[in-house]
Amino acid sequence: MTKSIARAAVLFALIAATAYLAFNYAPIEKSMGVIQKIFYLHISCAFSAFVAFGTCFYANLRYVFTREPKADWLSVSAAEVGLAFISVVLVSGPIWAHPVWGIWWTWDARLTLTFVLGLLYLSYLLLRSMIEEPDKRALFSALFGIFAFLDVPLVYFSIRWWRTQHPQPVILGGPGSGLEPRMRVSYLLMWGALTGLLILLLSARYKLEALRASVEDLRREAEVR
Amino acid sequence: MKNLDSVLAAYLAGWAIFFVYYISVSQRMSTLREEVERLKALLSKGSSK
Repeated sequence: MTKSIARAAVLFALIAATAYLAFNYAPIEKSMGVIQKIFYLHISCAFSAFVAFGTCFYANLRYVFTREPKADWLSVSAAEVGLAFISVVLVSGPIWAHPVWGIWWTWDARLTLTFVLGLLYLSYLLLRSMIEEPDKRALFSALFGIFAFLDVPLVYFSIRWWRTQHPQPVILGGPGSGLEPRMRVSYLLMWGALTGLLILLLSARYKLEALRASVEDLRREAEVR
Repeated sequence: MKNLDSVLAAYLAGWAIFFVYYISVSQRMSTLREEVERLKALLSKGSSK
């Protein structure tokens, strides 16, 4: 317990340090000004959400082929953690958009698909809560999770495929794109710290799911007696 | 600095989401731990009879 609190404290200190770098080391962007500092949080959380949903997709496929309960535990943990990260993206995006675009939200391809992504994983969790039988719940949610992941590449490529209000990519965006070196360092450090947070949350959530499975086993045992 | 309040709002909202989520996982964990203890006690009581 003390170990996990210490780990969380170190991680939060690291995130605070990277946020400090984003504010003080990275230069202020010329056209948008200080509001562009949201970039470091917004993009890092988006990539971390993709990593979480990718983990969920892998675990779903693994469950379908192997029926290992551990794959099911990993998939629900990754879906829930990914939902937390995508929620930060959906909250920080409009706060950034309002002063820059003059609107909080628009139904363009990138924003709509990101919103749908959040709804898909929320539906995944709701679906799980509606099925009581563990094997049935794991299989149905794995199949739904595989379908939900199809939205991730759509979100990623939407700004390349369609004309959107959302800006064109600055990371891996091809010729003419890219970040100023100090911005790149600040962004990479922030993403690294948030990936640490992702691992911490994922491992805590996985332990919770393992504990839930042992509670279900004990309940069954108590019912039999 | 113009829009600094929006930047702070975005970061605070982000940290708040993570913090609330972490607390929710910890609370669910302690509830389940209590349930495990209760069920173990129930089962051991049943087996000692």
